Order: sequence, then C-alpha cells, then structure tokens
Amino acid sequence: MITLAHYLTLGAILLCISVAGVFLNRKNVLILLMCIELMLLAVNMNFVAFSRFMDNLDGQVFVFFILTVAAAEAAIGLAILVVLFRNRSTINVEELDELKG
Amino acid sequence: MIFGIDITVALFYLFATLMIAAALAVISTRNPVYSALFLVLTFFTAAALWILMQVEFLGIVLVVVYVGAVMVLFLFVIMMLDMNLAPLKSGFIRYLPIGIGVALVMAGELLLVLWARGRFGAEQFPIPADRAADYSNTEAVGEWMYTQFLLPFEVAGIILLVAIVAAIALTQRRRTDALVQSPARQVRVKRDERVRLVKMKSEAPAQGDRT
Repeated sequence: MITLAHYLTLGAILLCISVAGVFLNRKNVLILLMCIELMLLAVNMNFVAFSRFMDNLDGQVFVFFILTVAAAEAAIGLAILVVLFRNRSTINVEELDELKG
Repeated sequence: MIFGIDITVALFYLFATLMIAAALAVISTRNPVYSALFLVLTFFTAAALWILMQVEFLGIVLVVVYVGAVMVLFLFVIMMLDMNLAPLKSGFIRYLPIGIGVALVMAGELLLVLWARGRFGAEQFPIPADRAADYSNTEAVGEWMYTQFLLPFEVAGIILLVAIVAAIALTQRRRTDALVQSPARQVRVKRDERVRLVKMKSEAPAQGDRT
C-alpha cells in the first residue's frame, strides 16, 4: 500500500535531482530553467499528495496557482533569454558578466 | 489484484521509477532538445501519478498546460537559438562530484525527516478511501476555487496578462531598415507639402514638335 511518505519521498528525490541538475549544468541557462520547472513539479507533487491524504482541496487549488505562475515565469524567462541571445549571441552563464555582480 | 500484487501499488512504482529515470535524463543529456523531451516524459508520468491519486483535474491540466504550452515554448526557443553546445557542457565532469554530493546529502536529510518514526506513515495519515463513482474532482476543485479562492483566481489572471505584456514587450524589436507607413502623417498632410504651383510664362512650342 502506498502511504503519504511514498509520495513525499518521490517529491524529495525529484527535488534533489533538480538541485544536482543546477550544479551540473551551470553554464546552460535553458537547462537551468528546466531544472526550476522540475523543482516546481516536486513541490506540486507534495501539495497534491497532502491534499489527497488530508482530504482538503486547498492544496489542489494551490497547485493550480503554482502552475499559473510557473507558466508566466517560463514565458518571461524565455523572452529574456531570446533578447539576451540576440544581443550577446551566447547563453553561457559565465560570459554574461556585464553587470559585474 | 494481479498475482497477489495490488495494481495501484505496481503502477505507482512503475511511474515513480519512470519519473526518476526521466528526471535524471533531463539533467544529464548533452542535447537540450533531448532534455526538453525527457522533461515532457517527466511531466507525463507526474500527471499519471496524480491521476492515480484520483486528482484528475490537475493531471489533465499538467498535460495540457505544461506539455502542451510551456514545453512547446521551450522547444521553440531551443530550436530558434543557434547555440554552440561544446562550451556549455564543459563543466559537467568538474562539477559532477559536488553536484552528486549535495544531492545525496539533501536526499538523506529529507528521507530522514520523512521516514524517521513514521511521521507520515499510515497511522498518522490513513490511506484515503477511493472516491465514489459519481464524484467529480473537476467539479469539486472548481466549486472550491470559485468560492473560497475567487480573489486569488482573478489575481492569477492578472499575472498571466502581465506575463503576456512583458514577454511581447521584451521580444519586440523595431527594425530601422524597414519601410513603414505612418497613417497619422498621411492624414495630416497639407496641400502645400505635396503640390507646388509654379508661375512661368507660356512657351511657344518648338518648330519640329507638331508632327
């Protein structure tokens, strides 16, 4: 039988994989954005599991809002990426150092 | 029950394994196009897991919104950008130990919290009973969202509008070499700007003209 802990474990493993992805692909902005989407998926997995096991619909509504915000974030992030590539002809994070941060 | 195994348990482990494998493929393939496609597979299996939990509405929304819109946007951008892949992958081996190390430490901590003393086990959170056959998850979520969460719902709509405006404003560019009409100037034009009447003496036609 599948308990809440199983679903939470799945979410935790997914989150760890995406954190590892941020470390491994730290030069490619596109894959970094994909890793952020994976992290959000892990969070959503926890929300859905808690919502189901506590029989409370708030979690599902929250996941809906997270999906909305994530879609907006992806759209704006990719738009910034396109502008960046148009100006610099690269998406390598190491070469994007004009702000000298 | 098939061969003494509960079918939902078997499906859970199947989808969970598939999902973790797909997520690992997302972060480790060399080609961003394959990464995006494996991310699609991850979202699909996540949707299947949610539907297995009888959360059908969000499962479908995940497929429609994420696979249908966001990932297609990703693929568009990946294929539009003509990027040089070799330097983007150069740090992979160098950061492999620290990446795996951090991930393992995080996973260990999270699993310790999750499994120690059975905090999230079947005693604290009993397995929910299956929904009745006439229960509609979409209806329940919709009813809850349009009553309890009406204001956040409207705010979400405004966020999407802002995202549209921002994305268009960011990517729009004015070409300097393009020929454009200016209707305002066309309407405002005066006669003097187009026609010039010249006073001059009438000239007698030359001899050879009238033939």
